Amino acid sequence: MASPVLQEHDALPAHQTTSSRVWWRTRTFQGAMYAAPAALFVLLFFVLPLLLVGQMSASEWPLLQGGQGINLPDNYAGIADDRLFWPAVGFTLKYTVIVVVVLLVLSMAMALLVQGRRRGIGLLRTAYFLPVSLGLASASLLFWGFYSPQIGPIDPVLQWLGLTDEPIRWIGTPNMALFSSIVLVVWKFAGFFMLILMVGLQSIPNEVYEAAKVDGASKVQSFFRITLPLLRPSIALCLIISVTGSLLAFDQFFILTNGGPDNSTTTVVMMIYREAFRRFDLGSAAALSVVVLLVLLLINIAQFRYLRRGADD
Amino acid sequence: MRLQQAIGRTSFWVFGGGLAIMFLIPLIWTAVASVSPHGATAQQEGYGFANYRTLTEYDAGLPTYLWNSAYVSILTVIFTLGLSLLGGYAFARFRFPGRDLLFLLIIAILMVPYATLLVPLWVLMGEIGLRNSLFGLALVLTLYQLPFSMFMMRISFEAVPREIEESALVDGCGTFGVLRRVLVFAVWPGMITVGLFAFLHAWNDFIAPLFMINDSSRYPLSLAIATLRQQTMGAVDFGATQAGVVIMALPCLILFVLLQRHYVRGFMSGALKG
Repeated sequence: MASPVLQEHDALPAHQTTSSRVWWRTRTFQGAMYAAPAALFVLLFFVLPLLLVGQMSASEWPLLQGGQGINLPDNYAGIADDRLFWPAVGFTLKYTVIVVVVLLVLSMAMALLVQGRRRGIGLLRTAYFLPVSLGLASASLLFWGFYSPQIGPIDPVLQWLGLTDEPIRWIGTPNMALFSSIVLVVWKFAGFFMLILMVGLQSIPNEVYEAAKVDGASKVQSFFRITLPLLRPSIALCLIISVTGSLLAFDQFFILTNGGPDNSTTTVVMMIYREAFRRFDLGSAAALSVVVLLVLLLINIAQFRYLRRGADD
Repeated sequence: MRLQQAIGRTSFWVFGGGLAIMFLIPLIWTAVASVSPHGATAQQEGYGFANYRTLTEYDAGLPTYLWNSAYVSILTVIFTLGLSLLGGYAFARFRFPGRDLLFLLIIAILMVPYATLLVPLWVLMGEIGLRNSLFGLALVLTLYQLPFSMFMMRISFEAVPREIEESALVDGCGTFGVLRRVLVFAVWPGMITVGLFAFLHAWNDFIAPLFMINDSSRYPLSLAIATLRQQTMGAVDFGATQAGVVIMALPCLILFVLLQRHYVRGFMSGALKG
């Protein structure tokens, strides 16, 4: 780490200390002091809560009364018994698979579209990226109005075109609610993934494509044989971010569909909120949190392993 | 050949432009809807700002919510910048016991779901009297900014040539003097990126205030607008909600336009990390 030049400095402030050894110790001490606020913060607000959530998950812990002692394994056993749990898991997985596929395909197409140097292409990039700067909660509230029969613009337009004569229930049925949420999320995040993929695309040297062209490769061939493999790190990053984000989906469903209709769009994280603040059972919320944490860790480890193995080929 | 090019260019702009319009429609719609006349809103006839007036008078009032959001966001920026400036300096320029472990621990925050930590943080903050407090909320929001900002500040410091600080050290500056008089100016762009992301995250976050704040006069804007919509039983005010969306979105869009370069740098560093 230390450059040779800096090592010369070890002996420099001789007026402070007599030996360079002690100087190193003070430099070590100073480094530790600069890191101390962050260390303290992480200990207090990250490590301690992690330990606490473990303890809470094993305890009876009503919201207002606080910890009432260990009741292992009641909280964990209760999760599987909850009639909403498995449907929530199923819905979260279904949503994740659809969103990840749609997002990656669309943002890849967008990245390919805007990667070049054309005049005015910056306008397109900006338009695609603009929704990213909004918050997810704002975007959800926006679409909540956008889909509403009261002020939403879609139904009037469709009716004016003569395509429908009654309002479409955008969030009225389970399938429509899922579809509408996916539209919202894709609108909000496609520009983000487009940007990551665009950076990846631009880092592929042009010579590679030219060489392929000389060898008689078609555009489709060079996309599948060159672009996709070389883009692997960027795709991996997009995959990990989108999978994690979708598995932990909350804002969009809490605001747009409120988990409905008939709890059909309740996600796992919404279950945690419901256990804690609707059913006042922090112990069970903590158990659910621990399960979510472990599952997410496993999925991420699996993704890293799979992606790394692929990279070695 | 030329005809083919022309067709290619035209289809590019038709397709790309069409997609751009689809991305812009919701944004334009919310701005228009917040001022246009609708039966279900305060704006009954003609265009005007009646929806915004509804919002000013709703519950604790728009100024309170704006202040709450601004206060939390600014505190989060200060905390995040303070921790990551000192920490980034330490990680980039010093060796001390536990250095790698601490960095790993900070990055590990990314692996832990938000909700997993909010449940114990709710209890913990209660113990130290910071539940239902905007100060406590800012601490929680800072936690989730830490991985990105520490990473960003570390690479910012590492990118500064050591010669710059060496001359200052020779001149008898302490390490803190070097940081304050020299390095801060060298890592300035990184600090803007970190501050920008901390601000946007704090301004927009919904789930942390939902868990931590239960007093409606302390709601930040996102939570206030979402509850405005839920609580008004029977008469849901669609117009006021869209006015709220516009007010929440405006600072984000303005910051995006002003600081586009710093914005993109943040995403790039993430992309390169992968």
